[in-house]
Amino acid sequence: MIDTIGNMAPAWLQAHAAALLVAVPLICAAINTFLNSGRLSWLVVMAVAAFSFVCSLVLLWQVQDGEVVRYALGGFAPPHGIEFRIDSLNAMFLLLVTGFGLVAAVCSWPTIKAEINPAKHSLFYSAYLVCLTGLAGVAITNDAFNLFVFLEISSIATYVLVAIGARRDRRALPAAFNYLIMGTIGATFFVIGVGFLYAATGTLNMSDMARLIPQSESPRAVQAGLSFIVVGLGLKLAMWPLHSWLPNAYAYAPSFVTIFLSATATKVALYAVIRFLTYVFPQEEAEAMLFAYVFAPLGIAAMVVCSFQAVFQTDVRRTLAYSSVAQVGYMLLGLSLATQTGIAASLLFLFNHALMKGALFMALAGVVLHFQGTQMRDMAGLGRQAPWTMTAFAIAALSLIGVPLTAGFQSKFALLSAVLEHGWPWAAFIIVATSLLAVIYMGRIVEAAFFRAPVNPDKVHKEAPLALLAPLWLLAIANIWIGVDASVPIGLAQAAAEAAIGSGAPAMMGGR
Amino acid sequence: MDFILERYNYWAIIGLMMIGLYITFQSGNLIKRLTGLSIFQTSVFLFYITLGKVTGGSAPILFGRDLKPHGGEAPTDVVAGAGAAHDAAGDVAGAVYGPVNGLYETYSNPLPHVLILTAIVVGVATLALGLSLIVRIREAYGTIEADEVAAIDLDTAIAEAADREQTEAAA
Repeated sequence: MIDTIGNMAPAWLQAHAAALLVAVPLICAAINTFLNSGRLSWLVVMAVAAFSFVCSLVLLWQVQDGEVVRYALGGFAPPHGIEFRIDSLNAMFLLLVTGFGLVAAVCSWPTIKAEINPAKHSLFYSAYLVCLTGLAGVAITNDAFNLFVFLEISSIATYVLVAIGARRDRRALPAAFNYLIMGTIGATFFVIGVGFLYAATGTLNMSDMARLIPQSESPRAVQAGLSFIVVGLGLKLAMWPLHSWLPNAYAYAPSFVTIFLSATATKVALYAVIRFLTYVFPQEEAEAMLFAYVFAPLGIAAMVVCSFQAVFQTDVRRTLAYSSVAQVGYMLLGLSLATQTGIAASLLFLFNHALMKGALFMALAGVVLHFQGTQMRDMAGLGRQAPWTMTAFAIAALSLIGVPLTAGFQSKFALLSAVLEHGWPWAAFIIVATSLLAVIYMGRIVEAAFFRAPVNPDKVHKEAPLALLAPLWLLAIANIWIGVDASVPIGLAQAAAEAAIGSGAPAMMGGR
Repeated sequence: MDFILERYNYWAIIGLMMIGLYITFQSGNLIKRLTGLSIFQTSVFLFYITLGKVTGGSAPILFGRDLKPHGGEAPTDVVAGAGAAHDAAGDVAGAVYGPVNGLYETYSNPLPHVLILTAIVVGVATLALGLSLIVRIREAYGTIEADEVAAIDLDTAIAEAADREQTEAAA
């Protein structure tokens, strides 16, 4: 299928897909601010997101045989000019971001109409397009400082998007402010790290850095840069002790924003970590220590602590937010193995998690349309009143738990085999144990929805509108389809992991 | 001792960085938090600038005396010199000597300045957004103290829960 799309693409698109993928959303964001009609901006956003999605498909087609697409922006030759570099790893994340951008854009209109001041619809969509630009830019660029700029473009847009939730609940404002403080500190740490690397190598191009770091005369500066970058990106990706901004931001943001962010924002930061650790930095002692002694314990802490916290939340959105932090923990655990299987498992986990969390938050968006809150008690009896919405929710919940025949099972199975292959049976035990916690916290919600009478029978709940239901079911079916036949995402993740590890210095990877 | 004194610029930057971070985390006042964040960011700007500084170096621009005395045309070797400087700009050592009319002009590495120009723009955008969020918080809560905002949120949550129980009991 991808071959037909690739062959159908006109020559200009094939040549410039990388630049257009980022430039078109950015330009349309500016144009969008002049539109007066929210519905019109919705159509523009859908068209732009679809175009970006096609661009990323074309890129995926171009790199599918392990090739690397390089695009020098403005015709300035790479070490000095900014360069976009796309291999299978980038292509997978671009596909995730733009694909999800498209699905979220389709379902956005009903929830936005209900939740956001009509005068601000176009501006809201502009902020969304800027956010999409930033996320795609992070996943495509090969310039360390450019990566920071894109990271901040997406983050600043995200703070705005979260704060707009204030119309429904004013707690969105302090949540957005906290996110702004934490996010800016994270980004600034990242810049300090890039500064150290620049001081040590004299280049900002990531391929050039990878080449020059082993020859660097000041390994101390490189190590300092590495630690600043890991902490900075750790804040952005909600690595366990640095996750405090996430639950509130997800809980009080407009539903549509939560759908989009849960599937993309933290994932893209994780991409940046993978890119830096496997590609830019040489695989030496310090990095191996970092993998084994930092990512593994923090990942496991996230899995255990945040799964427990998720059990005790009364707000369903907060339950899911804490569960997201816990899931980031699984991905870090996979990454901490520092083997190709480990990273492939981690990437598969990430891909499937985006599918299930997207579906869960989308179903909740349908709930929010009719009830203003997402308290646990609001869920009671919903299964009868809105069977379509809640069945999709239940499918995604089963997938999150990791029941066989769902996408979640495939990703947990891949992670378990990677961990066992690495000789960490205790980690496998923890994965299974925290999955049981997931049974508890997701089970509570599903049980309330299907087996309890509504607390307040006067409140009538209706089904979510079709624009929301269609993408929701698309994701739910994708969850089952991948559960039965996971060859597509596994192929993507394998190729991406190969690109991540194979292109760096392959020397040390292995049994560490 | 010399080791410490030689690097006085880095100590100043570390000091500013710590002060900024301390204010950001310690202060309950949202405006002060944002101020701390700005100080922290500024220290990083200074860090980049100090990386690119070459002792005795000036700004990387062509001076009038480098041009030929007659006419407005730039001599070709100036252009070539600028090109050479461009290539060498990647060297962090920073000292870039371009042969300009046989003279050697020392100038600081311009690349960090360019980067920081971008970072300053990002910082200004963040600051503006943070301040406007504070305005909205003040409108919604009537205070800009983080503790008071949290207390108000807690009170509202408790009141809401009590309210719901009443309505549900009535229903």
